[in-house]
Parts: sequence; structure tokens; C-alpha cells
Amino acid sequence: MSLTDAKVRELETKAHDIRVSIIEMLIEAKSGHTAGPLDMADIFTYLYFSGAMKYDSKRPDWLERDRLVLSNGHIAPVLYATMAHAGYFPMDKLATLRKFGSILQGHPHREWLPALETSSGPLGCGLSQAVGMAIADRMDHGAVSSKQIFCLLGDGELDEGNNWEAIMLAGKERLHNLTVVVDRNCIQIDGFTEDIMPLEPLGDKWRAFGWHVQECDGHNFLDIDRAFGEARAIFDKPSVILARTIASKGIPAFERKFEWHGKPPTTPEEIATAREALHM
Amino acid sequence: MFDKDVEQVPIRKGFGEGLVVAAEADMNVVGLCADLTESTQMYLFKEKFPTRFLEIGIAEQNLAAVASGMAAMGKVPFITSYAMFSPGRNWEQIRTTIAYNYRPVKIAGSHAGVSVGPDGGTHQAIEDIAITRVMPRMVVLSPCDAIEARKAIVAAAKTTTPVYIRLARDKTPIITSDQTPFTIGKAEVYFAPKEGKAVVGIVATGALLHKALSAAQELENEGVAVKVVNLATIKPLDEQAIWTLAQETGAIVTVEEHQIAGGMGSAVAECLAQHAPVPVEFIGVRDQFGQSGTPAELIEHYGMGVSHIKAAVEKVLLRKR
Repeated sequence: MSLTDAKVRELETKAHDIRVSIIEMLIEAKSGHTAGPLDMADIFTYLYFSGAMKYDSKRPDWLERDRLVLSNGHIAPVLYATMAHAGYFPMDKLATLRKFGSILQGHPHREWLPALETSSGPLGCGLSQAVGMAIADRMDHGAVSSKQIFCLLGDGELDEGNNWEAIMLAGKERLHNLTVVVDRNCIQIDGFTEDIMPLEPLGDKWRAFGWHVQECDGHNFLDIDRAFGEARAIFDKPSVILARTIASKGIPAFERKFEWHGKPPTTPEEIATAREALHM
Repeated sequence: MFDKDVEQVPIRKGFGEGLVVAAEADMNVVGLCADLTESTQMYLFKEKFPTRFLEIGIAEQNLAAVASGMAAMGKVPFITSYAMFSPGRNWEQIRTTIAYNYRPVKIAGSHAGVSVGPDGGTHQAIEDIAITRVMPRMVVLSPCDAIEARKAIVAAAKTTTPVYIRLARDKTPIITSDQTPFTIGKAEVYFAPKEGKAVVGIVATGALLHKALSAAQELENEGVAVKVVNLATIKPLDEQAIWTLAQETGAIVTVEEHQIAGGMGSAVAECLAQHAPVPVEFIGVRDQFGQSGTPAELIEHYGMGVSHIKAAVEKVLLRKR
């Protein structure tokens, strides 16, 4: 069943609030990444607030929860902001991002924030861990397990060879309980992905490794919902959703610019531009 | 033990047998291999527990990180390959996804040391102790024979930490028995003078322990009393045993089939420099790569034979005076 209009509006409002939190965190932290967190805000909102992902923020160690592995750990601000909005920890903790002793380390570390499924930051090894989770769950529960393993990857991160080892293994093992989302924002630190290391034809590559491949508009909740629904319905192979996103989505002056991959708004003008765009 | 016809078994065989014992005791034990089930001896586990075995293919980075994910779901994964590739090639995956994540993955690196032999330097891991012991939370085990390897695997399966177990390829004399004590973190005295006080303490690890014991026997016959400690756990270091040995003898020789830089001897020297400074001589590889040859030729060529150990004992005795 697709999302109702009211639900879509509710998700859009939540995604906006999460973007506001992300920008507040980055301004306070004075370092960190802007483009990826903003462009993944809709996907995160969908996972945590549409009912697509099974979790209990008051019982983060609940065994029957779905698992979410964030591979590109540098987009931590969107993960942290979403988790705070979902009730994992108080909102005021968001202001401690990247500060000494904070539960919100610059890149996620589950020792500081045990509700995290994995620590991440070094690129290319999140999918392997998600594959390991999916295989272990199948060992214990067979094909009937109701758990879903979600893994979120950056597109630039696909330069890392370790990913393709994991993609090959998941295809071999036909892990239907695994759904990957690639943040196809087409940028990485040094430039546009197709200039740095061309990824296209990206869908064909995944398909050749035995995956069910879909594309979606990463900012349209109806399209996101359609893609996740189809992924859940595929029972003979793992699924990947190539989510077309706009880097720095929500702040037009920063959008699509790779320069915003790894820095926060710092000058008074940049801060004013960001706040104005998000009506802060 | 010093007989020419002493039973010789590859240390890695103890891994294969130990894994089966550990798996029988704990249904969460799983095995992952990177296309080397036969030579790492994981086939024993695979035959007995086919549904708990996972073939990863020749992909050691994936091997480590997939195991981390399985551990996150409650499994106790043992991963195995040649030490050069795991923990060699996949060091960062081990650091981030296993040690930093604090997952109880057990990394068995076979074919450690120059005694790998004819395969040559690419396949002879002589840096693995250094790169694993430097990692926070990693326990580093280096058994001296197949029986101790079996015990090390069974003990590793019961811990909640990441563990690296260093295994040699070549046939190695059986030194221990089922009754010999083995506890992670505890060094054991394997040779002591029949009478009187030892004047040098030898700390040895892995397959070279047998050579250290042979050297000790010859030295005793020649009137030099030494004590030999088997350091099967390199990390956490049994500091008490090392201090005691240093205080008792006043001079130490370390023996390992590994680079001197960063290896077991370095760990012992770090401890002694802080707490009980005495002269130390190191037996190990001196900043070189290995090469093809028979294990015996290579041990001699790189200065790790019985005569070299005896010479190091003589040298450290001179420094003592």
C-alpha cells in the first residue's frame, strides 16, 4: 500500500526538521560534511518514520530489529539527527557533535553510542558487514526471517574494491534479506564521480553481480516507497536502490557542488545562506 | 623431545582440530575461509559443520568485514588465510570492523615465518606480530606446536575479544602434551637448570621454542645454566613472568621467527626497559624479506638456528659483566 498524502506531508515536514538539525549541528561543530547528510535526509526520514524499518529506540538491543549499516560514516550528521528525532537520545546532544567526550564522534563509533549497529568511516567495508549480518541471520532463521538488513553506501565509495567483493558474495548467496541504497549524488571530495572514477553504467554492474537493481528519485517519498516495497518483494536475490539525489539538497546555493562534500557552513554569509534556505 | 625421531606435526593442524572442538562446544562458532580450506586445515571444520562454514573466495578484506557482521549477530567467527593476507592485506578492515567495533572475531594466520619455505618471501609473514599487537584490544597468540595450537583455538573461542592466532606451515616437533598447562596471558617455564641459578633467561615463541630448548640443553651440557620461557601469549604480555625472569637471571635473549622490529622481542624489551632494565639480545629477522629455500636453510640463513641462539646467550652474558 502506498503512502497517503497526509503521510507524505508528514515525512516532508520531518525531513525538513532533520535538515535544520543537520545544519545546526554543523554550524556548532565548525567541521564535518554537508552535502551527503542533506541529500540523504529523505531516505533516512523514510526508513525511520514511514514504518519501513523495524526498530525500538527505547530498546536499541532488541534482537528482532532490522539492522541499518551506514557504510559512508562521514554522513554521520544525518544519522545522528534522525536518531535523535526518533528518540534514541535527547535532542540537545546534537550540539556536541565532534566535541571531546561526545557520544557523537566525528565518524560513528558504537562504543560511544551503543545504539549504532557498526562503527564506520573508512570507506568500503560497511556492505561486507551487512552481508555478514544477512548471512548470520539466515543461518539462524532460514529463509523465514522477517529481519531486513539495510546498508547505505555513498556512490564515490564504490571506488573501493572491498565493496565489489561484498557485492559478489551477496549475489552468490542470494541474500534477499539485504537491501542496499546507494546515494547517487554524483560527487566525491575531489570532484564529480564520473570525472574522478566513472561508475556508469552503474546499474548494469550490480545486475551483472546478481542483484535486483532499481533507481528512484531520492527526494520523492512516493518513489522511495515504491522502490523499497519492490525490494522487499524480491525473494531470490539482494536488492540495490540507486537513489538519485541532489548533493546538499535543501540549500539551493550549495546544491550539486562537490565543494560542499566535506565542509560545513562557516562564514557569516554561508551560515546566513543556509539558514535562509531552510527558514531557520 | 630432543630425539631425532620426535613426532613432528604442522602447527596449523592443531588449528583445524581445535576449531572442531570449539565448534562442538559452542554452536555459535562459524568458520570463514578465503579459498584455502585445505592448507589452513579448515576443511576439518567444513566437513563436520557444512552449514556453519562460509567460503568467501580470494577476498581477504571481505573475509574480515563479513566476519565482523556475523559477530554482530551473535556468531563467534574464525577466519583463516595465510598470515600475509590476513592480517596482512586486510589490516585496516580488522582494525575498523573488528577491533574498533569490538567484535569477537578470531583471526588465524597460517604460514607465518620464513619456514613457509619454497613459496618464497611473498608468502612468508614476518611482520604479523607487529601489526596485530599494536592494535588496541587484540589478543595475540603464538603456539609452539600443534597441541598448544589446539588449546589456543579452544581458549580463543571462549573469549569476548578479537584474537590473532599465529600458525606455522612446516612440521614442528611436538613439545607439549594434553596435560601441559595453557592459559591465555600466562607464560610458562619450559626449561630450568637441574641445579643452581640460571644466568640467562630465554623467552621464545612459536615453532622456534624447540630450537631455544635445544640450545638450552646444549648450553647446560657446556656448563651455562639458562631458563627458557614459552611466551605463547604475546599480548596481553605476562609482565610478571618477564620481570621475574629478568630479575632472576639479569640477562634476556628473545627468540622468534619474525622481524625483530615490532615483534615479540620488542614487546619484552618495552616491558623490561620500563620495569627491569637488563641487557637483551634478539633472535629474529633483521629488516629483510624472506626467500625460497627449505625451512632449515632459511632458519639458518636468517640467524635463527640453535648456534645463533647459543651465540646470543654468550653475547648477552658478556654484556652482563
